[in-house]
Amino acid sequence: MATPTAAQRAAGTALDFFTTMILLLIFAIGCEVSTTAWAESGKFTQAFMDWLRSLDPTLQDVLAALGRAILAIIPVFAPVPFIIWYERRLLSWMQDRIGPNRTGNITFSRTSKLIPSFLKGKKFKLFGLAQSIADGIKLFTKEDIMPTKTDKFLFILGPLIALFVALTLGGTIPWAGDRRFTPVADINVGLLYVMAISSLGAYGLVLAGYSSNNKYSLLGALRASAQLISYELAMGVSLAAMVMVTGSLKMTEIVAAQEAPLLGFIGFLPNWNIFTPFGLVSGFIFLICMFAETNRPPFDLPEAENELVAGYHTEYSTKRWGLFMMAEYMAMFTFSMVFSTVFLGGYHMPIRWEAIGMDFMAGIERSYLGGLSVMMLKGVAGLTLYIWVRATYPRFRYDQLMNLGWKFLLPVATANLIVTATWIMISKVYGAAPGWMFAIGLYAVAIAVYLLLRSKKSRQYLDTRAVDMINQPARRAPEVVEPVAEVTA
Amino acid sequence: MKITPDMIVFAMLAGMAALSAVGVVAFRNAVRSALCLVFTFFLLGFLYFALNMEMLGITQIVVYTGAIMVLFLFVIMLLNLGASHVLEEKSDPKKVIGIGFGVSLAVLLASQIVPVLIKVNAPTAPEGFGSPQVIGNVLFTDYVFPFEAVSILLLLGIVGSVLLAKRRLS
Amino acid sequence: MNGVPLAGFIGLSMFMFITGVVGVIIRRNPIVIFMCIELMLNAVNLAFLAFARYKFSGLANVNQGAAGQMMVVFVMAVAAAEVAVGLGIIMAIYRLKENIDVDELNLLKG
Repeated sequence: MATPTAAQRAAGTALDFFTTMILLLIFAIGCEVSTTAWAESGKFTQAFMDWLRSLDPTLQDVLAALGRAILAIIPVFAPVPFIIWYERRLLSWMQDRIGPNRTGNITFSRTSKLIPSFLKGKKFKLFGLAQSIADGIKLFTKEDIMPTKTDKFLFILGPLIALFVALTLGGTIPWAGDRRFTPVADINVGLLYVMAISSLGAYGLVLAGYSSNNKYSLLGALRASAQLISYELAMGVSLAAMVMVTGSLKMTEIVAAQEAPLLGFIGFLPNWNIFTPFGLVSGFIFLICMFAETNRPPFDLPEAENELVAGYHTEYSTKRWGLFMMAEYMAMFTFSMVFSTVFLGGYHMPIRWEAIGMDFMAGIERSYLGGLSVMMLKGVAGLTLYIWVRATYPRFRYDQLMNLGWKFLLPVATANLIVTATWIMISKVYGAAPGWMFAIGLYAVAIAVYLLLRSKKSRQYLDTRAVDMINQPARRAPEVVEPVAEVTA
Repeated sequence: MKITPDMIVFAMLAGMAALSAVGVVAFRNAVRSALCLVFTFFLLGFLYFALNMEMLGITQIVVYTGAIMVLFLFVIMLLNLGASHVLEEKSDPKKVIGIGFGVSLAVLLASQIVPVLIKVNAPTAPEGFGSPQVIGNVLFTDYVFPFEAVSILLLLGIVGSVLLAKRRLS
Repeated sequence: MNGVPLAGFIGLSMFMFITGVVGVIIRRNPIVIFMCIELMLNAVNLAFLAFARYKFSGLANVNQGAAGQMMVVFVMAVAAAEVAVGLGIIMAIYRLKENIDVDELNLLKG
């Protein structure tokens, strides 16, 4: 193999440079186009818009909603192969493996006459990105197996419901600042909509588990339903605190409320909920519940492979299994988006550009593609956290899961709700400073109560109860026993 | 009477809701009955939306399809896991009597209600009267006593179900 | 709902209620009977909301006409409590008798 000459290397570097520049240019043009009123920018668009305006108003609304729905589905649907590749590569890196790194690499022949001369000997690397696509093709072309004595209709319906939930979850999330394109519907119960749709997710798993005619599947479905119901409560209460801070259930208003200066006086930082004390507690709880709602490790009890084979999707194969996987990854991504909308300022960057006089950056932030890119970056950050946690923590035991949900997350979320309400009331009546003092005092009281509850005596009681739940003898410190005969007896 | 797009939407929603309501009673498999009921409640949420009751529509989906019906399915599957024969039903002559009773009740009620209400086709409520703000305001001012009473009822429900679920009282 | 007569909503509500009644009469599985009761409660909810929308009587402000919606909120809460206890009772009966058919549950017949 001939080593490339200096000229070739220089040409390669130049090519890379130019490709990068062209991509950046396309991105900038895209931002510009979506910022300026693009309806007026061309004759064709003008004619198209005129035709749209000539339609019946109801039909116009329906068409606009359809367009927005497609725009809301694409950012969730398109990245799925990349998400899968990203998870496999990152997980491999964390576990000191290599992972899929070479599927799709193309090396053109140097001798064949069929290859054009400028491609001869060139090597194109895809870093294994084609692996997900190859897997997808494999899944959708394999033989479709359905076990005997299944409830066929429900067996088919299960993965479809899972996919439906994953696709519709983002219906009220504002992906960017441009209100013409997003969100699909800015209803005044936007946050509750997310809760409602995510609660429907239980049906996909339950139907799959029930219709498979398999004990392991059914046990997985039972676990899934119990887990989802338990963690929905803490999730709702933690979001309620944020709703009280914002004063609205509308997603766009929740984002708008986070544009203010941080804590009211730090000018160049936005008031993201995660930076406020109440938001920090809420965000922590919401994050844990988010992991549980998407059935990801360490909350993947419904599909615990060393107890239940594969849980609710034991009997699933080919495209239906693929649908479950797609739904799971899409739900992960969308829940990351919900998290960033409620706690991380939505489509905003972590600096208030207007306050420091950078109007160009503010313009990018307000445009459709710019806001979408920021959201995507936040979503990728959420995915990284998902994968990191998966690589780090072992799966919970069932009683640990229930204890965490009911005895830790729910009380903490409720306490946070009470503190937030008190802070809001006292700030309104007596001003900001007494409000903060009172809030800090209440947090101190809450921590004191918590420490009291976790004191040695009550802790012993709680542990005994926890072990009692799974019908095992209570765990105690080994007693010092002197004679050997009594130990055997 | 002129056919409006809203009427077509309503007819579709109502027709599907009525069909799945029949499915609840007609399916012999308890899981399928439960799923029909889930679908009915889901469509009812949409109908509440159509009545401009956003808050209650979404609450319908959260409470009924998201929590209550999952509990139903949970219990059905627990019984299915333990003893699937208890979920089967035998046929029964009293079914005919029940259906006849239902049909006669429907005819009686419809003949009294429909002719009166067919003329009312203009909603009189203002915009935004089903918004969360209105519900919250009213719930915590005029209806605060029933609200507290219901919270006590829910507490009783929790205590009662815990008591019933305990295997032994000791 | 522009142009939809109130009779449409009330008719649907009536139909669902009667379906629930018939279900309670002809089914013997207590879980299904329970579900039929839920269906009846929801039918009543729909009637409340339809009347609240079409026969709005708030004179001074929006808050005065919210009685129908309040009833629905309370019905939902009561239904949730009822389901929690009711399903607990069904499970307890199943543990006691190994059977849940309502025609076989005749402990009290004397």
